[in-house]
This record gives sequence, C-alpha cells and structure tokens, in this order.
Amino acid sequence: MTKDPVRRTGRARKPPAVRTMDELMTVAYALEVEAAERYTEFADAMAMHNNCEVAELFRKLARIEEKHGAQILAEMRWTEPPPLPAGGYRWQGPEGPETGEHTSLHYLMQPYHALEIALANERRARAFFDDLAERATSAAVKRAAQAMAVEEAEHVRLIEEWMRKVPAPDAQWDVDLDPPRHVD
Amino acid sequence: MNDLATPAGHLQPAAFKSDYKPIWCPGCGDYSVLSAFTKAFAAIGRRPEEIVVVSGIGCSSRIPAYLTSYGFHGVHGRALAAATGLKLARPDLTVVVAGGDGDGYSIGGNHFLHACRRNVDLTYVVMDNHVYGMTKGQPSPTTEPDWASKLSPKGTGLRVFHPLAVALAAGANFVARAFSGDPNGVAEILADAIRHPGFSFVEVLSPCVTFRPEQRAWKQAVHPAAVAATDDPARAARRILTDDGFNLGVLYRGDRAPYQPLVGEPAKSVADLEREFEL
Amino acid sequence: MTTTDPAPRTSVSLALCGSGGAGVMTAGNLLLEAAARAGWYGLMVRSSGPQIRGGEAAALLRIATRPVDCLDDQFDALIAVDWQNVHRFADEVPLGPASVIVGDPDQGAAPEVFVASGARSVPLPLKQMAKAIPGSWPNMIALGAAAGMLGIPLDTVRQVVEQSLKKAGDTLPATLAAIDAGARAAASQSGALALAPPAGRADRRWLVTGNQAAGFGAIRGGVRFVAAYPITPATELLEYLAPALPQVGGVLVQAEDELASINMIIGASYGGTPALTATAGPGLALMTEALGLAVAAEVPIVVVDVMRGGPSTGIPAKSEQSDVSIALWGLHGDAPRLVLAPNSIGDCATTTEWAVHLAEALQAPAIVLSDQFFGQARAVTERPAGLGAAPQRLTAPAHAADYKRYALTDSGVSPMAIPGRAGTAYTADGLEHGERGIPSSGAGDHRAQLDKRQRKLAGHDYGARWADVEGTGPTAVVTFGSCTGAAREALARARADRIEARLVSLRLLAPARPALLAAALAGVERVLVVEQNHGGQFLRYLRAEYDLPRVVRSCRQPGPLPVRAADIHRALVALEQGRPA
Repeated sequence: MTKDPVRRTGRARKPPAVRTMDELMTVAYALEVEAAERYTEFADAMAMHNNCEVAELFRKLARIEEKHGAQILAEMRWTEPPPLPAGGYRWQGPEGPETGEHTSLHYLMQPYHALEIALANERRARAFFDDLAERATSAAVKRAAQAMAVEEAEHVRLIEEWMRKVPAPDAQWDVDLDPPRHVD
Repeated sequence: MNDLATPAGHLQPAAFKSDYKPIWCPGCGDYSVLSAFTKAFAAIGRRPEEIVVVSGIGCSSRIPAYLTSYGFHGVHGRALAAATGLKLARPDLTVVVAGGDGDGYSIGGNHFLHACRRNVDLTYVVMDNHVYGMTKGQPSPTTEPDWASKLSPKGTGLRVFHPLAVALAAGANFVARAFSGDPNGVAEILADAIRHPGFSFVEVLSPCVTFRPEQRAWKQAVHPAAVAATDDPARAARRILTDDGFNLGVLYRGDRAPYQPLVGEPAKSVADLEREFEL
Repeated sequence: MTTTDPAPRTSVSLALCGSGGAGVMTAGNLLLEAAARAGWYGLMVRSSGPQIRGGEAAALLRIATRPVDCLDDQFDALIAVDWQNVHRFADEVPLGPASVIVGDPDQGAAPEVFVASGARSVPLPLKQMAKAIPGSWPNMIALGAAAGMLGIPLDTVRQVVEQSLKKAGDTLPATLAAIDAGARAAASQSGALALAPPAGRADRRWLVTGNQAAGFGAIRGGVRFVAAYPITPATELLEYLAPALPQVGGVLVQAEDELASINMIIGASYGGTPALTATAGPGLALMTEALGLAVAAEVPIVVVDVMRGGPSTGIPAKSEQSDVSIALWGLHGDAPRLVLAPNSIGDCATTTEWAVHLAEALQAPAIVLSDQFFGQARAVTERPAGLGAAPQRLTAPAHAADYKRYALTDSGVSPMAIPGRAGTAYTADGLEHGERGIPSSGAGDHRAQLDKRQRKLAGHDYGARWADVEGTGPTAVVTFGSCTGAAREALARARADRIEARLVSLRLLAPARPALLAAALAGVERVLVVEQNHGGQFLRYLRAEYDLPRVVRSCRQPGPLPVRAADIHRALVALEQGRPA
C-alpha cells in the first residue's frame, strides 16, 4: 500500500522512466488505446443525445486511434497487446495526453468543437513525446521518441486541415429553447 | 506496487462494463466514476457475479445497469438499508452502494447515519454535484447557501451538509474524497475502500454540466491531501472540519471491526426446538 | 376520429417531434399560446425520452373552437424537425389515411410505423430554410408552417413570439422571418386542416397547467404553509407555490424527504395554518403513516397526489389512475379521510380549493387525486370558478369553559384549540384518546372517537359538487378525473348514433355518497365504468360502496396511453348491443 498521497490523486506524478524501446512503444500503445476508448465513449454519449453528426465524427477519430495502435503492434511485431497495468498507464496528469476530457463535451456541440478537442489532444501528444525524447537515457529511445513526436505533429496538421473543411459553429450553436426535463 | 494491478488470470475492467449506454448528459462527471468502478472491480480480483451495486434514485443511481455486476435500483434514499439487509444475508458478496448527494444526504440522511454507525462491511460511493439533477435542479444538502433555484428562489440560506464530518462522527471506518476529473485516482481510492473492512465512505466530487456548469472550475480547486490518512478520529475530525471541501485522498482509515450479527449458542436443530415443547 | 369533411374543422390535432435540442416543446407552447390569444381553445401534452437534455421529444397539440379536456383519437398532422427515435412516440401519435406527415427530406424518410398508417407525406426542407435565414431555427420554420396549416393568424403568432422570446434579443427578426417562411411554405397545404373561427370568446379564460391550477387553488382556498419534496410529476406544483405563496404572506420550505414534508405540514396545521403538500404515488406511500396521524389527531391537511404510472417507481413521466386504492384504503386502522378528484385541468384549481375548505371544516386530511396528464398538460380553459367563502376551521376561543378538544358533538366536529390562546392547551395525539385528548385504551373511548371521526365526514352536506351528472337514458358512463373529457366526447358521438346515455363523473370519492349515486343512476340498467388502470380500482370501489345496476362493464387500460373517446364509444356501443366489447 503506497504511502504517497500525492500519487493517489494523480496530480504531479512522475511517470516511470522510459528506458527501452519496449517501454516506449508500450507507452505509445497505451496512449492510442486510451484515446480510442475515450473517443468511443464520447461517440456513445453523443449518439444517446441524438447528435449523430458528432457521434460519427468521434467514431471516426476512435477508428483512427485504433489504427495507430494497430500500427504500433505491427511495427513491434507484437502478436498481442503489451501488458498494461490495470487502471492504465501512470501518466503525468490524471489521464493520457491524447485522452479527451468528458467536461469538454456539450450535447449540442458541433463537428468543429469535436475537432478542437482532437486538435488539443494531438498537440498534447506531440508535447509528450518531445518531453520523452528530452529525458530519454538511450540514443535509440531518444530517436524513436522524436519520430513519434514528428508523427503527432503530422496528426496535428491533419486535424487542422480537417477543421478548415468543417463549418465554424454559429453564435446560436448552444441554444436549446426547451428547458431540461424531469425524468424520475 | 500498483494498487490497481489486476491479479493474474482475473478480468480486465472492460469485463465489468455492460452494453447499456448511460443517459447522463455529455460532460457529466459520472462517466468517469463509472470507468473508475470498472477499474476498481478489476483490481480487487472478483468476478461480476460476486459483486452487487445497490442504488437509490437520481442520475448517479442509474449506475448499476451500466455494469455487469448484479444491481439493485431501489427507491429514493433507501439504498443503504437495502444494501445492509443484502450484505448481512450474503456476507460472501461484495456490496457497493452508489447514489447522489440528494439521495444520500437528504432523504437518505437517516440511513446514512446508521449505516456509518452499524459499520457493516459495505462501500458507499456518493457522486456529489451539489444539486438534485434528475428532478431539474433543486438545491441538495451540499448546495451552497446562496445558489438560487425555483424551489429556493433566494438560495436556501442553510449551512451546507458536511458528509465526511458526519460519516466520521457517526462511525464510518474509512473516509475519503475523490474527484471525477481523475478517474484513476477515483479507482485507486475505490479499490482501497472496498478492500478496507467495515463501512467505507467515498465522496466523489462529480460536476453536473447541465445544472451547475460553474463546477467546471472544480478542476482548478481540487488538490491532493497534504498528509497521509490518519487512524486517529480526532486528528481526522480536525482535518476534515477545517478543509476547503476540495482536499482529495483517503482522510481517515479506522480499525473498528466490522458489524457481525449475533451467533446463537448453543446451536440447535428444529427438532431440538420442538422437543422443548414436548411434555 | 378525424373527419374527412373539407369544411373548416372544429378540432385539429397536430404533433411536433424532434430531438437533440430541436426546441419542439417551445414551438408547441408558442403555437398553443397564439391559438389561445386568437380565441381558440386547446391543450398541449409533452412527451420525451429519458435524457434530461437533447433527447427525443414530442409536443402533442389539440386546437379547437370549444373547450377540450383530452387529446383526440388521432392526429391530423405530424411535423418532424428530425426523425431521431421519434418512432418511440408512435403509440402516442396515432395517424390515419387522412393525416399528413411533414418531414424534412434532409433528415431521411419518415419511420415505417408512421407511413404504414396511410398518411400522406409532404416534404418541407426545414433545415435548409432555417439556414437561409441566419440566426433562425428549424423549429420556428415548423411553427410558421403549423400556424399556416391551421389558419392561426400570423400577427398573433408574431405577438406571442415577441413576448416569449424577449431574451432572444437580436435574433427576433430572424425568428419572425423563419415563421413567415414556414407559413408561406405551408400555404399550399392549408385549407385541409384550417380551423373554424373561434366561437366568440368567453371572458377571463386561462392558459394553465393542472399543476399550476392546483397550486393556485390551494392559495385561493387559504393554504399558507407548504412543505415541498420534489417528485415527478408533482414538482411544478411546488415550484409554482415557491414564489407565489410568500407573496401572499405564506411560507414554503423544502423538506429532506416525504416523511419530513407530511410531518411538517401536520405541525404547521396544528399551529393553526392551513397546510398542503404535493407528491406522486411513491411519495404518498411514504406519507401513509403520517396521514393516519392527521386522522387520529384530527389535524386538517391537504395532499395533492399527481398520479403517475405505478406500481413502485413505475413510469414517472406518464399518467395513470392507479392510486385510487391507496388513497381510499391505504391507511392502517379505521381511518376515514377525504378523497377528491378534479375532472378537468381548470377543475384542478376549484377542486383543490374545495379540498382545503373541506379539510379545514372537517379537521381531517384530504387527498386530491390529480394525475400527470392534468398536471403537466397546458390547456386553455374557462376561468375555474372560485368557491367564495374562506375555509371555516372551527376553533376554540381563549378561556373556553371546560374545554375538551375531542368533544363528542352531533356533527362530530369539535372546536380546535390554537396554540397561543390561553386556557385551552392540549396535546394532539396519534394514540387513541378520550374527549380531553388524554390517551385511552378503553373500549368506550375508542368506539366513541371512531364514530366521531366517521360521523363528521359522512354527515357533511357536500352539495352539488360531489359529481358532474349529465344526460338521460338507461345507460350510464361512470368515471372520474382525466377520463371525463374523453367520456363526454364519446357520449356526444353516441348521441349522434341515437344512443342516449348519462355521464356521472365523481369529484368526491371518499366518503362515498350512496344515496346521491342512487339518485343519479335512477332508471339506469347498464353501467360502463371507465378508468385508466390495470386492476379496475375504481370499479372495485364502486362495487364496494354502492348498489349498482345489474349490468356493469369495465372500460379500462393502464397508462401510459390515455383512454380515448373512440375506446369509450366502442365499448358503449357494444354494451348497448349486448355483445362483448
């Protein structure tokens, strides 16, 4: 039983050092898996609230993250996912850098807002790998982390491009004239 | 050691999430609490059929259906009573009670007091958003006194209820506070609470995005407890009574033995009893 | 049944559906208000999914030239902003071959379940049209289209929108433009659904929900203390009283649960203040112990039960008449109490006021059986009559000689001492007691007090309000509450088929009035008992308390769907012809 109360609450944790390629790619894999799971939760929540356009967009993002995860498995020639600690990898903040926060959702949100979330996620992921590269203790890991950072930078660019194709939300986007309801 | 490490050969968190999609508003803190439940259940190494989640009425009380464990969605404010009966009849089960601040501290207040006092081996998780969400936004016992609503147009003017202080004073054996913005932190505390014998109380600050959108600011307000949990009720009382309501972590870890029902001595059979009437 | 007569209609039913923040409830309310302002009658019922926001929603409207107390058998039009999960409302929005479905072609085809009715589909590109007017919403296009189809003057619609959407500020022009656009688009469709002009306006009509009406009736009856615990579908009644009651010098407090709220109002009433609370089935069940206390201690209180689907948590947001049994027989011991039931939305005001009068006059608890349909539907109604005189609680003056709180009087009502008055102090008790209120387990005291509490209710003259008795003939429809409106319409249709039948709609269920019902049913050979529950609770009550004619038939179904005029009419015809329904 740990005596470290700071670690309990997930704030200002020091993540374990990444010393080997295996460790680095496990982290990278965890990052994608958690991102995909979160996007799927978002998609379900938006579908439940009849916001199908955004639900579809989140499902697309989830599929993209799943693809990234599959790519990692393929590159490492892993036939099954690497073992992750239950409850997730110990990130520096409460959750993985590419994992969106539930609080950023709104049942009336527009596709543009969803992409804003994705953009923030990708930027954090890029910063994460930049930081890993800086703290890497081996040259191989450093190179690999830098390569991951470059990839995340590419994802940032793709999201930005995607955002240019999507209409900006108008001033009335969050207006619902009907009040909330009693249910139980 | 990672407290959330799953024992070898046991189920992963995904096995505890059911196919039912929550109706909670997007942005609700309860989504993270649900995720934390699955991680905690995986960590304690039990199977879904060995766990029962008992709840009352309200948004948070919908949680049993979203898990693959057994569930009991009872009436408003009486979850602790139902859970007590269940655990005493079936001590082999892991019984977790869930609900909101309205369900637990208002109509459930009396049962809350006596559940802490009785110290049956239960874990009680309250998702506190300082409002009655399901009936459209009335103040709850933890609502700030100046929050205006239709039923209390100038605010209640009442001092807020302090659930952790009440739990401690009433005899709870484990008192903790968590925040839905850190689901792994919630999961760790939950697993700890479940493992800890006796009545474990976990208050989870879980913002309501529809009726209390200002609670987004909780993310900046929360902070980890500066010191480790104490086993001294007086010291815990002082800390709890003087904290700012956003102090996260296990705050009290007691060592009272959990409630045990009376054992009849000497043991008798029905035939024995009947024989006592025989002339 | 909607008529296929091309002449202007005296009643049109229209449903507006949508989801995810489409704002159909708002549009529906605006349409009802506009129709009301223009002189029509009507009502609107809301139906929705379980989500708190963003869920699928339907606004069900009926606009008519005369007062209506129920929805029609079918809908003439269904306008859908989108089709997300709208099929879930199929049971509540029955369509027929003469109906029209107005849908946005960009949202896909209408669900099969609606198309299968034979209704005609008409496309209206709401989203596109709204996009063409920046700052407007598709539901406002739909509002304009609906107003156009029904022939509701656009000026009136605009007025109502301007007043209601004050907050919308600078989007008002866009909103008005959207309404105009919708009305123009509907121009080709209008005629088929046009309403006949309003039939001359009665003075002082209300636009009100049953919950608001009941809350108002309580205040009008003299209630000045309310304890509130929220529960669907009663919460709005309490929310109405929260600002209103203090404004007339009263007090409302939010309780921690129903056990607290019922006990709080008993305490307030013991202190001399007429008191009330409102709840639904589960809350009433919790309150039963304390209701018995109010009976035993002879403390006047009123509990409004806004009935919903049961048993247990049941169907909280849907109507049902299944709390009859608990209201009549749900207290332990021999515990006579008053049970009343308003039979229209407007009547929620008058009957609640009456309940306060009776409770105060008879020093007993009164349960008012409203229901979710009344409580949450919004209707245009004639002004509900007030009852005039304030409630008369018989109180003891200070220093009353030889004061006995529970004195055995002829009427059974004994003067009640009010705390603060010297010389008449006593202890109110749930324990059985003698005349002075001292606890007693004696046979004589028990019998005497039981007789007193029964006599005071049974011997009271309730006047003509006890029931609505209308019509003549050897057949009678007996009902109460929200089935009354549909029953009246069924009888009107039957009259057109030369079937003469009476209507008896009870407002006073307890104490039973056997002599009065016997008079109302004089010459009746066949009775059709109409109610909205599964077990026939009202029928059982009638059989238990009254002598009924030889032939008695039940026309009943549980919630969530209402008993419709067509159902009652069909049962009536079958009863007349002596065959099964």
